Amino acid sequence: MSVTVYVPLDAAAIALGADDVADAISKEAAARGADVKIIRNGSRGMVWLEPLVEVVTDAGRVAFGPVSEGDVAGLFDAGFLTGGDHALNLGLTEEIPFLKRQTRLTFARCGIIDPHSLEDYEAHGGLAGLRNALKMSRADIIQQVTDSGLRGRGGAGFPTGIKWKTVHDAPGTEKYIVCNADEGDSGTFADRMIMEGDPFILIEGMAIAAIAVGAEHGYVYTRSEYPHAIKAMNDAIEIARKAGLLGPSVLGSGYAFDMEVRMGAGAYVCGEETSLLNSLEGKRGVVRSKPPLPALEGFLGKPTVVNNVISLTSVPVIMDKGAAFYRDFGMGRSHGTIPIQIAGNVKYGGLFETAFGLSLGEIVDDIGGGTATGRPVRAVQVGGPLGAYFPRDLFDTPFDYEAFAARDGLIGHAGVVVFDDTVDMLKQARFAFEFCAVESCGKCTPCRIGSTRGVETLDKLKAGIEPEKQIELASDLCNTMKFGSLCALGGFTPYPVMSAITHFPEDFKPAPMAQAAE
Amino acid sequence: MRVVLSEKDIAERTRAVVVAHSELKGPLLPILHELQHEFGHVPEGALRVIADELNLSRAEVHGVASFYHDFREAPAGRHVLKICRAEACQSMGADDLAGQAESRLDIAFGNTTADGAVTLEAVYCLGLCACGPAAMVDGKIVARLDAGKLDTLLSECGQ
Repeated sequence: MSVTVYVPLDAAAIALGADDVADAISKEAAARGADVKIIRNGSRGMVWLEPLVEVVTDAGRVAFGPVSEGDVAGLFDAGFLTGGDHALNLGLTEEIPFLKRQTRLTFARCGIIDPHSLEDYEAHGGLAGLRNALKMSRADIIQQVTDSGLRGRGGAGFPTGIKWKTVHDAPGTEKYIVCNADEGDSGTFADRMIMEGDPFILIEGMAIAAIAVGAEHGYVYTRSEYPHAIKAMNDAIEIARKAGLLGPSVLGSGYAFDMEVRMGAGAYVCGEETSLLNSLEGKRGVVRSKPPLPALEGFLGKPTVVNNVISLTSVPVIMDKGAAFYRDFGMGRSHGTIPIQIAGNVKYGGLFETAFGLSLGEIVDDIGGGTATGRPVRAVQVGGPLGAYFPRDLFDTPFDYEAFAARDGLIGHAGVVVFDDTVDMLKQARFAFEFCAVESCGKCTPCRIGSTRGVETLDKLKAGIEPEKQIELASDLCNTMKFGSLCALGGFTPYPVMSAITHFPEDFKPAPMAQAAE
Repeated sequence: MRVVLSEKDIAERTRAVVVAHSELKGPLLPILHELQHEFGHVPEGALRVIADELNLSRAEVHGVASFYHDFREAPAGRHVLKICRAEACQSMGADDLAGQAESRLDIAFGNTTADGAVTLEAVYCLGLCACGPAAMVDGKIVARLDAGKLDTLLSECGQ
């Protein structure tokens, strides 16, 4: 009987050698006359264990990892096809504590199914949400999403249902669904992972959104840095069209909906929704002034839903299990689950989906296991390059939109980047300004010029030139950028800069050498 | 071997690419990507044809092509090495690797070696943030880059 072996096709697994491992397993099996069927699945999100190979046994899926090409012959020798004993044997995948502790609603299927199989998707609960939606009125679908408490997972946290209602109520018959998959924040990979590991869920989520607001066409705008995700989405869309999930009559409902993938071109600012819309229209990715809201005048000036990948992929479970089910997870006004991406210098890095409310300390120390280098954790940047740096003193902050805002931070797209005690916070603050200067679209002055002046100011500080004055100037500059910029790029760059200055003042003291030189 | 194309060839191919994308709404980025894929860069001559075909001004098309980091005005080296310079990779020592690449290639980021072998570029995030430092060599992604692996990659690029 054929043994099924899963080898991830997720980009992180591939970057760590998964393709070579899959080839080696296939060759070794052929050489030994073993009947092995290899399925390329998504990642389970335990990146430190990638490539994580799973074997289907009577007891369940047994995990081996991290597997390198050179381990394969030894794995066969140890009888890994029957879950044999080996140094890399991690036991049943589902029992691995990192996975077992999670609440996987959005990522329920990611890493489990074959992302190229719509049958597999359905067999694991896929399309149930869409089928429910098709039995409901548009208003009821929107009400259910509103009642679930789902808020934009791209970072802004705007209630998804309200956005949908605005588009639904907007006049006109030509409307669009745009999925913001321009996941440019360092420390984040949730969008990439789900597009590669469970692409049909995004199609399902977009179809539900389209039916709810009355749109017939959707776009997934993603990054040129994500070639594997682009391929996965294109493959899935093709399969979905053939199966009638996309096309003139979605699952025979009479609703028409089709979608396509569009690739960005290396501009971080296109993750901002109005820049994204300009880019999608074939223009420079320059930010638009709001109002008008994209919900009223978005793509080509038509009413447009712009939602993040994780917002859209959270919709199917809401439509399947109900608003109350989803809403019951979380804390305060942050309902449901959030896929936290634990990254950077961390021992157990990966994607951890859980209800809102874990403390930052639990995430970093407990789940992440501290640093990969084994040195003490000194700073954690939450929410990407525009997120604040948190010191250990603030590790009691619960993972929740409002709690982070109250501490002058943001959860953003839920990326958590860990730094050990070798980090130089002046350098990190300078980088924040520098990144803003590189990526600024140039439309507003505070962002375009402020970022460059910020780099110069911190360079003077490092050189020991009137340090107190430079800190004062940098703070003033941040104030101008925060309140005077058009979008979050210039507006939020002050978060990493000011948090570094506030929480790590020792790194901003004048260098003794420079003083001596004066 | 990259074939040297005449202005006429470029214009013809560009026209064909534009026509092939005529069904799309907002086709400019897909067109530029396709041309770069084909020519290795977006030639100046192509911009004129695009402007003509899409009924845009040349300034508009130039403005778009020059806005995005991806689009090149001139061909890259035979190999393109992109090293992630973003925070998650920084936390794992990417800055040292960036320095190592610059010094071994003897060029700064954004440049091509004199022999045309390698173009070195910064990239801000490949989504490999839990297994950094990350890099991309000729489209192939590499994670947990270290000094040894980088040395091997550069040697493979003929450096």
